[in-house]
Amino acid sequence: MSTRAVTFRAAALLLLVVFVTRPQLFAFAFVPLTANNAPAIYNQGSLLALTLSHVRIVFLATLASTILAVALAIFVTRPAGREFLPLSRSLVNIGQTFPPIAVLAIAVPLVGFGEKPTFIALFLYGLLPIFENTLAGLTEVSPRTLEAARGMGMNAWQRLWQVELPLALPVILAGIRLSVIISLGTATIGSTVAAKGLGEVIIAGLQSNNVAFILQGGLVVALLAVLIHDGLGLAERAAARRLGRPLDEIA
Amino acid sequence: MPTLRPTLHLDRLGSVIAGLIGLALVASPFVTYRANRIVSGEGRLLFDALPPAGAVGTILVVIGVALCAALAHRPLVRLAAASLGLCVIFPAVGVSAGFVTPVGNTFARVSPAIGFWLLALAFALLAADALTRLRLGPWGRLAALSIAAGMLALLLLSGAWSDLSLMKEYANRAESFWREGRQHLWLAFGSMGAACLVGLPLGLASHRVPALRAALLQGLSIVQTIPSIALFGILIAPLGYLAANVPLAAALGIRGIGAAPAFIALFLYSLLPVVANTMAGLSQVPADVTEAARGMGLSRRQRLVQIELPLAFPVILAGIRIVLVQNLGLATIAALIGGGGFGTFVFQGIGQTAIDLVLLGALPTVALSFAAAIILDAIIDLTRRGGHDRD
Repeated sequence: MSTRAVTFRAAALLLLVVFVTRPQLFAFAFVPLTANNAPAIYNQGSLLALTLSHVRIVFLATLASTILAVALAIFVTRPAGREFLPLSRSLVNIGQTFPPIAVLAIAVPLVGFGEKPTFIALFLYGLLPIFENTLAGLTEVSPRTLEAARGMGMNAWQRLWQVELPLALPVILAGIRLSVIISLGTATIGSTVAAKGLGEVIIAGLQSNNVAFILQGGLVVALLAVLIHDGLGLAERAAARRLGRPLDEIA
Repeated sequence: MPTLRPTLHLDRLGSVIAGLIGLALVASPFVTYRANRIVSGEGRLLFDALPPAGAVGTILVVIGVALCAALAHRPLVRLAAASLGLCVIFPAVGVSAGFVTPVGNTFARVSPAIGFWLLALAFALLAADALTRLRLGPWGRLAALSIAAGMLALLLLSGAWSDLSLMKEYANRAESFWREGRQHLWLAFGSMGAACLVGLPLGLASHRVPALRAALLQGLSIVQTIPSIALFGILIAPLGYLAANVPLAAALGIRGIGAAPAFIALFLYSLLPVVANTMAGLSQVPADVTEAARGMGLSRRQRLVQIELPLAFPVILAGIRIVLVQNLGLATIAALIGGGGFGTFVFQGIGQTAIDLVLLGALPTVALSFAAAIILDAIIDLTRRGGHDRD
């Protein structure tokens, strides 16, 4: 990574941290957007607390979907689960045509308002990219490699842990990254069903017709998403490098 | 090989589906009855939800499908069983709505309950698995989609569902349903069209100029990373400024809140798949093919139009498929900033905790994305195949 890239990332991160901890420092930039002496900086809660709960719900949901999705993908690629493989492939394709907001909206009447429907939507929708990529990663391990591992006397469990999963790791990580990015967006919409998150700022702005709120909410969410996306991308590249593979092999 | 065994051989997937069907039949209500639109309701098991003869018939069919799922192995048989099941429970839930609602009561609402959804899910899984195993070609998939669409249209037009709460919500706002539907399609297809007009030349330019490539892809992928409502929010400020200070913009209907920021955001999201796939498609045209075309005396323009673009077309279409499915889903969020579309009903429904209103917005969106994905996948297969025939 060039020095410029490092500086750029550090500056973006610093900007985000300073903005959510000391938003009043930036009030001057938002004042021109307000009318009738409306507040320029979100005043119905701390930006820091909203950011933390936003990140928390995305993290927990992604963790849960990663565990289940990877386990399911391992299952359908073992001999015992082969019969489920064709269907699970089409299900992933079909599932991704569901907009995340539909999942969120349908969960509300079933479990009520708040964090729960948001968590369910993030969890269910987050499964798809991770499952799809884990499946792709595991099925792309060449039969020759597996044959060699078997020849070395590895049992099925060792082959999975020491050969298949490490080889599939960069692709799995790409799936997790996609899932996290979708979840960050869905969690923002989660504020319409009263989940604590940064969407609150945007929605408060829309309701009170305060463009300053809308813009700062949008900027914080956008900056957060771009930084997380970038950070996970670095992890992916590190995993690929450990396998000695060029970067463009991970799609 | 299962076909060689004369004895019963349980299909694993089928057994899971049969279990799901059993659970739906025994333990879950088929419909929910509510005294009015907003109060919480009480569930009715399938047996209490239909006239006795109808209930027995439906239950027998459902059990038959479960047995088929667990024991039959030929995909065609399983597909037939799943289709029969779907053809029975969908009208049945409509009949049930009429049966459960007390005569003359116009406030009562009947909605499909968890049991119905589980049965529908189980049958749909069985059908999807059978269709996957049949490995239908593109025409076969299009035919299956048209049959499904035809059955759905028949169900809706025949009035078989008119007693269901979902259709009552629709009847109350039929006019705005179609207006929002048109708006939804305009947002999704219009922004896709604009993205193609801009993205194809951009993709072509960055294929030719490597320096442009990295910067463009990086910029567009940052845009793609920004969550939709944040991007809407970021666009509202400059558009509002534009509307307040440039009379022409205001005259064109550009306002800070409304369809304009949604349209622009969808357009920006659409650019990455179009540009990246145009580039990928063009770069996979084999060098010797373009070399041969040059040798035949084709000009640069002729090579592009007659050789490179046709060969890159399936990959470009794959990008358009991503865009269309993504836009049809994202257009739902436009309602949050006053941009209209089916999302209007979703957000109204969330506000009123009226699940049927949510479904009125969500189901058409899902159906549209689903149909768009199948149709474009089939077209991509057809263009690929066409390319191979010519080789």
